[in-house]
Amino acid sequence: MYRYDSFDQRIVDERVAQFRDQTRRYLAGELSDDDFRPLRLQNGLYIQKHAPMLRVAIPYGQLSSRQLRTLAHIGRVYDRGYGHFTTRQNIQYNWPELARVPDILAELARVEMHAIQTSGNCIRNVTSDHYAGVAADEIADPRPYSELVRQWSTFHPEFAYLPRKFKIAITGATHDRAAILVHDIGLQIVRDARGELGFRVAVGGGLGRTPIVGHVIREFLPRAEILNYLDAILRVYNRFGRRDNKYKARIKILVKERKPAVFAADVEAEWAHLRSGPATVPAEEFARLEAFFAPPRYDTLASDDAGYRSALADNRAFANWAARNLHPHKVRGYAIVTLSLKKTGIPPGDVTSDQMDAIANLADRFSLGELRVSHEQNLVFTDVRQSELLALWKELKTLGLATPNIGLLTNIVCCPGGDFCSLANAKSIPIAEAIQRRFDDLDYLHDIGELDLNISGCMNACGHHHVGHIGVLGVDKNGSEWYQVTIGGTQGEHAAIGKVIGPSFAADDMPEVVARLIETYVHIRREDERFVDTVRRVGIDPFKERVYAEAH
Amino acid sequence: MPKLIRRGAVVDDARVVVRNAIAVADVPAGPVLVPLSLWTSARDALLARGNVGVWLAPTDDPATLADDTARLPAIAVDFPAFTDGRGYSTARLLRERYGYTGELRAVGDIQRDQLAYLVQAGFDAFALAEGRDPQAALASLADFTDGYQHTGLRTPWFRRRAAAGAGA
Repeated sequence: MYRYDSFDQRIVDERVAQFRDQTRRYLAGELSDDDFRPLRLQNGLYIQKHAPMLRVAIPYGQLSSRQLRTLAHIGRVYDRGYGHFTTRQNIQYNWPELARVPDILAELARVEMHAIQTSGNCIRNVTSDHYAGVAADEIADPRPYSELVRQWSTFHPEFAYLPRKFKIAITGATHDRAAILVHDIGLQIVRDARGELGFRVAVGGGLGRTPIVGHVIREFLPRAEILNYLDAILRVYNRFGRRDNKYKARIKILVKERKPAVFAADVEAEWAHLRSGPATVPAEEFARLEAFFAPPRYDTLASDDAGYRSALADNRAFANWAARNLHPHKVRGYAIVTLSLKKTGIPPGDVTSDQMDAIANLADRFSLGELRVSHEQNLVFTDVRQSELLALWKELKTLGLATPNIGLLTNIVCCPGGDFCSLANAKSIPIAEAIQRRFDDLDYLHDIGELDLNISGCMNACGHHHVGHIGVLGVDKNGSEWYQVTIGGTQGEHAAIGKVIGPSFAADDMPEVVARLIETYVHIRREDERFVDTVRRVGIDPFKERVYAEAH
Repeated sequence: MPKLIRRGAVVDDARVVVRNAIAVADVPAGPVLVPLSLWTSARDALLARGNVGVWLAPTDDPATLADDTARLPAIAVDFPAFTDGRGYSTARLLRERYGYTGELRAVGDIQRDQLAYLVQAGFDAFALAEGRDPQAALASLADFTDGYQHTGLRTPWFRRRAAAGAGA
């Protein structure tokens, strides 16, 4: 993984010192609330319902065991012994004390981490494929490019005060696991006819109040031009994006109002000035960054470990877990393992400090001391030998991290919601739990098959409900909490926005609503058809009829 | 005399931002910064008057001044609120595309915590917002000693890294 050099470290250390002084001036009354707000937000610090909330970046989702131990330590010393992994490869602490936040940032800096630009109207933490470097369907590892973009976006002097937040996601695979089409900029690594590496550039995707799938504005951008082109996009947005209404300030609105073709022409015109300029990335810089992510020396293993095969045959619980929580590794004899943070009764994405320490030890023992954070709020061990899967599974089971539900209905993606977040219209975690309890029969869950269920407590859509096969959105109606349901949303390269099935529901009805949607699907599905495929084939009407039928 | 931070020091400065002049007659005596609209409509008269700079609003296109950069003693960029970041792009365009080398002044809601970004974008003079202490603000000019990106002041760090020998 990437390691800071003295320059990278100095930049982060200088930020800690800057924020320490800003916090001191704020607490001394020298900085007003209004003046301090944008400063603290650019350090990931919100003032929430109960206490400040600190959001720490895990750039493109990669984490070492050493870093995870520091995150555990911060949870224990500065918070209430846990952290919450978000849908954007960040971790949030819900109970830090404002005056101690500079100390937390200093602890992070010691392990090459930060909270820079994890909030505010600036370029946010760059996100990527959680299987980067180990997936079989990869054109190129997106991490060197993600790191390049991380550095470029860190304290970019021109783009610190944009009209609104700005999110960039990068994938190097043919199957998009980074949801790039619902980001302000989505970059997909591609090769042109001559085999040269570059990017397909999509702009103006996003969820929130106005969900839109991104528009491809350039089919092939040579990789050397990436920073020139990003500068061009950001400059057009910074100059011409709307600032009169925060709900119309995202780049997607500019792209929509100008029309994608016109916006693309604006960017190309700006790029014409910057092209081949000083920010053109030399091959040596790509080589330098790539070296950090060179594959480890894998052992030559059989593609099918005999012990693993027999354990699958003998142990049904292990086999269930293996069926759901493993992903094929590009190297023979290895597996990619997802640690489920979706155990019923635990808020999705929450991990205790004790669990973090235990996970760090397991990462050292089983997966080369590194792990990933996925945008579905789970953790990933990327390099586990098949022969060690059984031992790992037993350890994970003890820790409550082996729920065999990856890709299934109970792998619910969920924002913190009204229990914690001051933006929320409604609670989301109790809804997730009630649905998980209703679907506690593992055989039924497996029979239902692949299903993404996403819950957001408000239309800011941190739970990405628009792209859930089933999406649940908390809404406020005259001061009480209601839930609007969409179906047919999809993430990935076929990204689609779900359709609202009708009037919203009370919290207590939600498990029954989901149960009826599923019954409808089970009744009318064709062989091997996923829930979302059935919705696409028949439309929302049969689902709607069943959900709103009498005795509801 | 109003205070200005110029090239890292607090100095007295008499140059006035004339906010609402629609004719040359509205412009007071002494060094001034006039609105872009007045400059474009009365350039020759203003040049004859002498010691006239121009200030740009966030929506003003700096390209309008492309042919004037050599004859302007000062250009100011207005920040109605420090969170309105359009002026950063304006500054880079003036410096890097239109070759402006004279004083580039940030005016409006300018506070110390934005100085480090403003410097990197190409500003070299700062008229702090009312009630802000320019002397105390000097410390914030040094919040960051360097940065990754290409700007008018520096090439990107990746072009300097090898020569600088930044070790791990």
